[in-house]
Amino acid sequence: MEEKVEKSISRMKEPSEEEAEGVVIHVAGPVIEAKNLRGVEMYEVVEVGNEGLIGEVIELEEDVATIQVYEETGGLKPGEPVIRTGEPLSLELGPGLIEQIYDGIQRPLEGILEETGDFIRRGVDVPPLDEDKKWEFVPVVEEGDEVEQGDILGVVEETKTVEHRVMVPPNKKGTIKDIASKGEYDIDETIAVLGNKEGEEEISMKQRWPVRVGRPIKDKKQPGELLVTGQRVLDTFFPLAKGGTAAIPGGFGTGKTVIQHQLAKWSDADIVVYVGCGERGNEMTEVLRDFPELEDPWSGESLMKRTVLIANTSNMPVAAREASVFSGITIAEYYRDMGYNVALMADSSSRWAEALREISGRLEEMPGEEGFPAYLASELASFYERAGSCRLYGGREGSISVIGAVSPSGGDFSEPVTQNTLRIVQVFWALDTELKNRRHFPAVDWLSSYSLYLDEISEWWEENVNEHWKSLRRETMRLLEKESELEEIVQLVGPDALPPSDQFALQAARVIREDFLQQNAFHEVDTFCEPEKQFRMLKLMMELYSTGLKAIEKGVSMDDLAAMEILEKISRMSNYPSEDWEERFNDLEMELNEEFNELEETLELSSPIEKEDR
Amino acid sequence: MAKDMSKRTEYKNVTEVAGPLMVVEGISDVAFNEIAKIKLPNGEERLGQVLEAQTDRAVLQVFAGTRGLDTRDTSVQFTGEVMKFGVSEELLGRVFSGIGEPIDGSPDIIPEERRDINGDPINPSAREYPREFIQTGISTIDGMLTLVRGQKLPIFSASGLPHNDAAAQVARQSKVLGEEEEFAVVFCAMGITAEEANFFRRDFERTGALERSVLFLNLADDPTIERIIIPRMALTAAEYLAFEEGMQVLVILTDMTNYCEALREIAAAREEVPGRRGYPGYMYTDLASIYERAGRILNREGSITMIPILTMPDDDMTHPIPDLTGYITEGQLVFSRELHRKGIRPPLTPGPSLSRLMEEGIGGERTREDHSDVSNQLYAAYAEGLDLRDLVAVVGEEALSDRDKLYLVFADKFEDRFINQGEEENRSIEETLDLAWDLLTNIPKKDLKRIDEKWIDKYYPG
Repeated sequence: MEEKVEKSISRMKEPSEEEAEGVVIHVAGPVIEAKNLRGVEMYEVVEVGNEGLIGEVIELEEDVATIQVYEETGGLKPGEPVIRTGEPLSLELGPGLIEQIYDGIQRPLEGILEETGDFIRRGVDVPPLDEDKKWEFVPVVEEGDEVEQGDILGVVEETKTVEHRVMVPPNKKGTIKDIASKGEYDIDETIAVLGNKEGEEEISMKQRWPVRVGRPIKDKKQPGELLVTGQRVLDTFFPLAKGGTAAIPGGFGTGKTVIQHQLAKWSDADIVVYVGCGERGNEMTEVLRDFPELEDPWSGESLMKRTVLIANTSNMPVAAREASVFSGITIAEYYRDMGYNVALMADSSSRWAEALREISGRLEEMPGEEGFPAYLASELASFYERAGSCRLYGGREGSISVIGAVSPSGGDFSEPVTQNTLRIVQVFWALDTELKNRRHFPAVDWLSSYSLYLDEISEWWEENVNEHWKSLRRETMRLLEKESELEEIVQLVGPDALPPSDQFALQAARVIREDFLQQNAFHEVDTFCEPEKQFRMLKLMMELYSTGLKAIEKGVSMDDLAAMEILEKISRMSNYPSEDWEERFNDLEMELNEEFNELEETLELSSPIEKEDR
Repeated sequence: MAKDMSKRTEYKNVTEVAGPLMVVEGISDVAFNEIAKIKLPNGEERLGQVLEAQTDRAVLQVFAGTRGLDTRDTSVQFTGEVMKFGVSEELLGRVFSGIGEPIDGSPDIIPEERRDINGDPINPSAREYPREFIQTGISTIDGMLTLVRGQKLPIFSASGLPHNDAAAQVARQSKVLGEEEEFAVVFCAMGITAEEANFFRRDFERTGALERSVLFLNLADDPTIERIIIPRMALTAAEYLAFEEGMQVLVILTDMTNYCEALREIAAAREEVPGRRGYPGYMYTDLASIYERAGRILNREGSITMIPILTMPDDDMTHPIPDLTGYITEGQLVFSRELHRKGIRPPLTPGPSLSRLMEEGIGGERTREDHSDVSNQLYAAYAEGLDLRDLVAVVGEEALSDRDKLYLVFADKFEDRFINQGEEENRSIEETLDLAWDLLTNIPKKDLKRIDEKWIDKYYPG
């Protein structure tokens, strides 16, 4: 037992012999109590029972500690030992994280598969990082250099896409006494020796960091660069900035997971951390099977080469689910510290909140709204606040964007998790069951969603795509507003009662809805739409609207407009592949004008008398 | 249970009995979730499970209820084991009770292995993504809500709707194209009436499916608390048949609403902090530990496809039971009272229904190249037809354009000919898709925007 502890967790503060071991006195589900643990600290990790199940101390009273256990507790008996580790729940950070799939407490699922077969048995101990693998280390500092936390000592090619920057760990500084020469090292070998007041310190490529504490940064700055997702409704209407936070609430089946997957696939982040928190096993399998095959549109390499997965599915132990989002954000921070833009998807934050509720219930804490603990809001904030666009030690900048799915019970957004999340996040992508029922995907409700980054992002669009972006977006939103007002009238009096210009507004809004807002995630071209293409599509559609209004003024009938050939072509323009969409869009613009001219010409020919009368 | 019970201590110190729970003190060496044998004053034996283990005290739930227990003569013996169920190939054709004892009059089976009924979670890395199309012969399912092998797809029904007929029809007709192998059926009844159970049994008998079925029955008048363990036993059997014996297993769980009621009963008896509508806060996790046992595993032959049935209280889809289920399962088949009233059967309404694994299970190699597009077009056209129906109710049909009227006709025909089908009618996927094309001729050809031009040229009738 002692040896195992030694191996799996390096101690920060050695508990003395007599205080290192406690005894289980009460077991009820994932929460247990153990006594003889005077001196144990809050959130210290302990090993519970004869099988050495991983647990974390969450409450103390005299010498009795309440412990949440990250594994199934069936069969555990009072009287079994509890062994202290002297360390809070921590992750191992170093090369080898990318392309891995971990459970909620950073045990690699592939490793567990080798140990226990197709089903996850408890009490497995597999190191998070490959300890035998040799990495090609290239030093970038020299002996005698003064370094402090965050400075890069050397680099390793972790995958084809990711250069792993080996940094001086947080809160350390000194003079380089020795630096490894270029060559192959494993993660435990010393690659640098720092000399400082305390003496000499050996540094390897591996760091440990407690999951519940944010890694240090210099300061945060206002996010302003668009996180390109290739999803039209998001990028154009409700953009997320790199370093920003977004929530996707929606009832079941509204497509939260599909959107999360789309973002993980196509967003222009350097690193993607995907946390499957209390969701379906098959969804994680889908990512595992698909990502290695898919090509990252930004680097041309396999998508898996920039992805870290954390899977704690709904049937895996509930306490580990609670830890999984913190594990995810700690890994994200580690790569941010290297100067990368990281995107973290948490699917679903509601399951995480439910894990909190379950643990809190077992502790018999006074419940808040709907049984959730009163500290739900602060816990949510402690997670989302670790996002941000940051100035870092080592003179770099990096960001973490967090996108959290929310699964409101009954699809009702007034429930506590949604409401508390909305108080924190800057971007709100509301998914609507009504849209889902009519298979309008992504089912983002354009009337209730919002983005607070619009002003900053406008500049990005105007610099990188087109100076008229802001006005085009505004006009489109107005048209969609107008549609919803008109729809109410139509429900009362029928469409015929509307003047032709309003009827045409409905028609144009329908084009925007069906051909722009809707996007087929399963179509090989449509699945990703670059910003330039988004702009041009929308521009053409709005041109259709403005030209159509003029035509109506001239007397062209609604029936003629509804029968225009260009409409069908517009509906297929999202499927034009990247090689030739620009050319074909140019042609479409010409066709649009030609068809309108023809309409107006036939009008003039067919009604010469009217003209003369004037 | 453990073979040799004679050496185990018999505790007589029962201090409390309340609802389905009892407390025994003065004990030692008792594990969480351990199974105990409880001997009543009249000599009857019942099973209980430890919900809370302390050094010298344990709280147990008593499966067959606490009627007849006392605090003087009742004795408790712990078995040293968690709940297990003996599995072997002999399970097929047999009927078991809520605590896993045979109730068909035949002798006990000789188990190959005794397994913990809680099972272990499938490692996501070991899962095979489900993508083999199952043809159920029901057009709405095959065409628009495709079921694939290893999927969990519940039926959201309500009292008085014919969900049993539909489930039996799926069990009867399901097959994977190009394979002769038939599904083995694991049927688990929780709190349904004897009449309903007999309906399934007769149907299995009639079609010869009984020989490749395992039945687990806890009927409406059987002990409530057994409902908590019976689905786990059924799934332990299913896992064995699928992943050890390599069979394609279809699991029918009915009625999950009764299961959740039992869960709530225990939670209330334990005075736990309730979540929504009095159901325990951990109901999501608990349901997941059942539903997530469906699936496929890499390099293993068999599969578990699951069709849980639940009745939505008051037809309310936002009720916690359907709500939490929908968040775990890979879609849902929703039955509508409105369609049922119109005499459409199965009254399966496409709008709120969904199959999440559909995209991967259909297409050229699996069903037909036009399947996905045709399905999308059917959804869009039917949704538009339904909108117009609402509008007609307000403004009258005269206010509609000619185009709109076509959609009204389409919606009617779609319900009558596509959704509606006979109980014995087994439509192939080709027939389903051809029927869909035939119906789509009712709307203007240029409105078929969801369908690729290639498929319109190839499949448009006439």
